Amino acid sequence: MSTTTLEAVTRGRVRRTRRRHVVLTVLTLGIVAAFAVSLMAGRTFYPPADVLAVIAGENVPGATFTVGTLRLPRAVLAALAGACFGLGGVTFQTMLRNPLASPDIIGISSGASAAAAFAIVTLQLDEVGVSVFAIVAGLAVALVIYTLSFKDGVAGARLVLIGIGIAAMLDSLTAYVLSQAAEWDLQAAMRWLTGSLNGATWQETVPVAVAMTVLVPLLLSQTRNLAMMQMGDDTAAALGVRVERTRILVIVAAVGLIAFATAATGPIAFVAFLAGPIAARIVGPAGSLLVPAALVGSLLVLAADFIGQFAFDTRYPVGVVTGVLGAPYLIYLLIRTNRAGGSL
Amino acid sequence: MTTTHTLAVEHLTLGYADRVVIDSLDLAVPPGRITAIVGANACGKSTLLRSMSRLLAPRGGHVLLDGKQVHRLPAKQLARTLGLLPQAPTAPEGITVADLVGRGRNPHQRVFSRWSSEDDAAVAAALDATQTAELADRSVDELSGGQRQRVWIAMALAQQTDLLLLDEPTTFLDVSHQVEVLDLLTDLNLTRGTTIVMVLHDLNLAARYADHLVALAGGRLYAAGEPAQVLTQECVRTVFGLESQVITDPTSGKPLMLPIGRHHVTTGAQTGVGVSVGG
Amino acid sequence: MTQLATPVVPDVAVVRRPARVRLLWFLVALALLLAFMTASVAFGSRTVGWSDILAAFGGADETMEQAAVTKRIPRTLLAVCVGAALGLAGAVMQGVTRNPLGDPSILGVSMGASLAVVTAMVTFGLSTATGYIWAAILGAAIAAVFVYAVGSLGRGGATPLKLALAGAATSAAFTSLISALVLGRNDVAGGFRSWQIGGVGGATYDSIRQVLPFLGVGFVICLLSARALNSLALGDDLAAGLGERVALVRGIAGLGSVLLCGAATAVAGPIGFVGLVVPHVCRMLVGLDHRWLLPFSALLGASLLTAADVVGRVVARPAEIDVGIVTALIGAPFFIYIVRRQKVRQL
Repeated sequence: MSTTTLEAVTRGRVRRTRRRHVVLTVLTLGIVAAFAVSLMAGRTFYPPADVLAVIAGENVPGATFTVGTLRLPRAVLAALAGACFGLGGVTFQTMLRNPLASPDIIGISSGASAAAAFAIVTLQLDEVGVSVFAIVAGLAVALVIYTLSFKDGVAGARLVLIGIGIAAMLDSLTAYVLSQAAEWDLQAAMRWLTGSLNGATWQETVPVAVAMTVLVPLLLSQTRNLAMMQMGDDTAAALGVRVERTRILVIVAAVGLIAFATAATGPIAFVAFLAGPIAARIVGPAGSLLVPAALVGSLLVLAADFIGQFAFDTRYPVGVVTGVLGAPYLIYLLIRTNRAGGSL
Repeated sequence: MTTTHTLAVEHLTLGYADRVVIDSLDLAVPPGRITAIVGANACGKSTLLRSMSRLLAPRGGHVLLDGKQVHRLPAKQLARTLGLLPQAPTAPEGITVADLVGRGRNPHQRVFSRWSSEDDAAVAAALDATQTAELADRSVDELSGGQRQRVWIAMALAQQTDLLLLDEPTTFLDVSHQVEVLDLLTDLNLTRGTTIVMVLHDLNLAARYADHLVALAGGRLYAAGEPAQVLTQECVRTVFGLESQVITDPTSGKPLMLPIGRHHVTTGAQTGVGVSVGG
Repeated sequence: MTQLATPVVPDVAVVRRPARVRLLWFLVALALLLAFMTASVAFGSRTVGWSDILAAFGGADETMEQAAVTKRIPRTLLAVCVGAALGLAGAVMQGVTRNPLGDPSILGVSMGASLAVVTAMVTFGLSTATGYIWAAILGAAIAAVFVYAVGSLGRGGATPLKLALAGAATSAAFTSLISALVLGRNDVAGGFRSWQIGGVGGATYDSIRQVLPFLGVGFVICLLSARALNSLALGDDLAAGLGERVALVRGIAGLGSVLLCGAATAVAGPIGFVGLVVPHVCRMLVGLDHRWLLPFSALLGASLLTAADVVGRVVARPAEIDVGIVTALIGAPFFIYIVRRQKVRQL
């Protein structure tokens, strides 16, 4: 074994790790910045001193309500929900080895959203009840999709198509539930059809935070196993991964995260789908995408919500912004994958 | 690598759904040698290999590693002793050679352990052994078929196993790359004493490169032993349903199978069975 | 020229049907349509008696029941027209793209039409029905071309999966844009809502009269393409070898389906899955010959939509389920069934 090879290998690894650390740091700083801006800026501008005071628990006239009650829970929910969607999305994309097999495209988000809309509008349940409904629905949809696409093994193309079909069905169910609401509330509709942070309070945020403390460590513990599974079930098993166990753990965690976030904000369009590919582009091909995707998701939602609120005359819910930005990216990705003769 | 592990199957029966693919097979893999498994398509070669590496649970019988049942061993421990290169493995998009080879270190890493210099050394050694060192920073997608296969073998090498199983490592490669890969495997066997078991579709390459040739037919063992003993006209007829003439390859001294069809058969061809000879 | 996926021969046991059997199914379908039309007038969210129905036909409009029936007649007629249009458009799309998953909503064409209508409403302040129809047709055409172009890139040409994905992505893009446009405008939002789900509830004789010419032209174009579509089904190369000008056929037939889809969407909103389900059922009953398949798809599409509308009105009395939801709930499982039947390599 030549020392030059060893040096080259070590050097390459160090370089890639350094790039990763730089990217993660930049992303984190970006999130902190976006978070701070969300708290400070708005119809009234509050300087950092006031904001910090409110967070510390002091009573600052004016700021306590606006920052503490309105902006803070909204910003926190944006960051947490974004992380949940990002994690959920990248997990599915990695597991199914297909960027198009994102939970918001194959109907899992639609299922959670339909269940949540039903729970809120028709059953009028409280936050916990809604979250439970959403997670059960999400898992049920995942199971149904998996079972239906299983025919001598799961084929990616079939799974994605069946997911699209189920998503269409669930979306129309959601539309129906909403149309039956006592009063037609466009805001509510927007929330359940594309995702919105309007009216976010601590009541919505806390369940998401709690769910994350359980599910995120669970997911991260499978980081290495997921990386192995990217190379195919057989190769992963040959490298000592317990494939079925990993698959179930990871899917349950991912669906759980998506369901809890959807119960709080609705299915914020395309975040789950975009976070993974964007993270892959900036972090580079090596290394796990879980944490980067979570960070990208947070940043996306924070930024999109800010844009939706203040960039235009009308206030757009965050889902519309991510939808308008995300869909062209999806098409671009399709074009790029198709042109490269990629695997779909 | 001084330890030699023994791999054997005993009365092994394998199947999918309602089909039985391998029927009560007994096979012992000679340690430290190169074994090649041949047979017609869908005769169960890949299934057998997958079962030997624990990817498929047996319906009956056992797969024994050092006398212990393979299916009872913990996954990572097995992965440190036995490496498998499946058919058509998929590389994540954009991954570099060095990273892919590095994935082979997984069985040696605990859940939260960091990458160690030992891991780096193993990767470097694997790259050197497969002569892929200069490709280390390149993306696997850009490589040629032969290069990519060498990189996959490097990954299996980084696992540092005593046994290496390969499922059709030369299919889809053009002839120069096929020879490249088989020569590499022979190097590994000679320098490190790695026991190699490979499924090959090319009978002649199998006969040339194997120390031990195993022929499967109809889910059962037809013959196993030295290529010169196993590769006979009778074998080719039974296992592949093909008339042939078996001569000694002047370039390697190993048996060479010449297929005999309906056309282009000279009068000198020795078929042993009444085949009408014509141009 | 872009290559389409290799043609899929459906595993229908008998591919040719004797003319007698086809005629029989035709008559059955016609009878079914008349039955559904009657049901559509007779049943609904409000129960009416026969006397009311007869009186309403006579023009009387005094009681609540008679008024309800009077509203149902144009509604039924619209459902018939729109259903026929969508069924036919779907059959043509499946023939043009050789894609068993062809459907105006799956391929994003309906959403393109919707976006065009909303844009016309919001940005250009258009308010005439004819204006909407033209806008919808334009939107449908642009969406069709775009989805086809994106789906054809790369290896294998326009495979069902790639087309469906391109369609789904494009639909999603358009839906977001529609939301963005509508949110700013409260005046538009209310009327938009029920139209968006897809319904024939607001039907008037006026709207029917305005959409009929477009539908008529579309029907004629599509029905005339039948023979050419038969050749196209064999594959581009074989079809060209048989003397068809493949690109021209595809263009004209595509135009016909876009006309139908655009006009239908303009007047009834985006209704999905009719164009998917109907041609498959028709193929099972009358075979692959487009000269029979196309008119039969129109007939069956009319029946399906009328029936879906009746179901929507009856099942959730006194409320109504919009027909777009009913077709989605029936159509999506059918879509999944079709996907499962395909061999993976054909996807």
